Amino acid sequence: MAKKTVFQEFKKGLWSEVPPYRLVLGLCPTLAMTKGVDNGFGMGLAVTFVLVCSNVLISALRKVIPKDVRIACFIVVVATFVIIVELTMQAFTYPLFLQMGIFIPLIVVNCIPLGRAEAFAYKNGMVASFADGLGMGLGYTISLTVLAIIREILGNNTFWNHEVFSSGFQPFAFMVTAPGAFVCLGLMLCLMNMLGKK
Amino acid sequence: MRKTIKLFVAVLLFSAVSGGLLAAVKSATQERIEYQQIKFVKGPAIQEILKGCSNDPLTSRFKIQDGKVDRSFFVGVFDGKPNTVAFESLGKGFGGDIGVVVAVNLNTDEIVGVAVTTHRETPGVGSRVRSEPAFVRQFKGQPIQDPFKVKGDGGKIDAVSGATVSSRGVCGAVVASAEVYKRLKASIAEKAKSIKS
Repeated sequence: MAKKTVFQEFKKGLWSEVPPYRLVLGLCPTLAMTKGVDNGFGMGLAVTFVLVCSNVLISALRKVIPKDVRIACFIVVVATFVIIVELTMQAFTYPLFLQMGIFIPLIVVNCIPLGRAEAFAYKNGMVASFADGLGMGLGYTISLTVLAIIREILGNNTFWNHEVFSSGFQPFAFMVTAPGAFVCLGLMLCLMNMLGKK
Repeated sequence: MRKTIKLFVAVLLFSAVSGGLLAAVKSATQERIEYQQIKFVKGPAIQEILKGCSNDPLTSRFKIQDGKVDRSFFVGVFDGKPNTVAFESLGKGFGGDIGVVVAVNLNTDEIVGVAVTTHRETPGVGSRVRSEPAFVRQFKGQPIQDPFKVKGDGGKIDAVSGATVSSRGVCGAVVASAEVYKRLKASIAEKAKSIKS
């Protein structure tokens, strides 16, 4: 029984509560970092790492963190992991860091890690929180990657910086601009709602 | 009162542990980050302006303490002599500091080349100080101690059109590097001699 619940906690992040499309959270990087598949995927992984670590740690410390200052403590925990990610990226994947730039530190104020800490990890055990963080993170990664695939192929005629259609395809440059991101996200939300309605 | 102290201590402990952890990560990654920056940002620029040298300028480098900062100098060997050094200075651009690498010939005090490394200028406008080679080519062969200014300010450098502030920033960085060069020339020449050709 307990095992099933853990799996359900994991699964809900992938479909029924997938962050950008169902909860409509974390939209700033969703819009800004999906110009290319490498950016979207990298951003998703960074968020996943932060989410899993902060969820587990906050859940482990939930009896120690006083209720009155919990948000401050959450932010300290999330910010610590974000800076660890930032430094690690600078050290090992520098070109990706140059492209993502300001959006890595902005994960600190992203609603997803803070939201999961407040809504889930502070009230649940470590295993469930780990599953929740991993599910939400992977759901976010998949969402960003799907959006990035659509935008990169249509807007730039490339996939992970490799050309897709050799000739005769005029890239639809609108898709890689900011308004294109809004339109594309809107269509995805519409699609998700239609699928969810049945 | 007791409760307030408890809350205060909790946040304090969290911050202290976090600070300590980050300091450890920072010092563990610092060297690699420096290397990555040299490889991906400064490296291509330095190799571009020292084109034709017979050594690898990225490994022939040394540091000199200048006041409170350590400055890195990259040496290029031409005709068997380590007679050219490249180093980075900053100028004020439109969106923040512009990093500019300037290569100087130690014998003639002339600029061998100038290249923009890091910048936060407007893409497509100010960023052209980096992407248009004709702009930085204007510095080539000029004496480093010249007071470089854009034409609008009474100087002789043609600004990139629509990007006067960014162009001014690059001129400012070159002027700043002239000051560094003047101040440290003796020790630069001393250290450059020891680079094997």
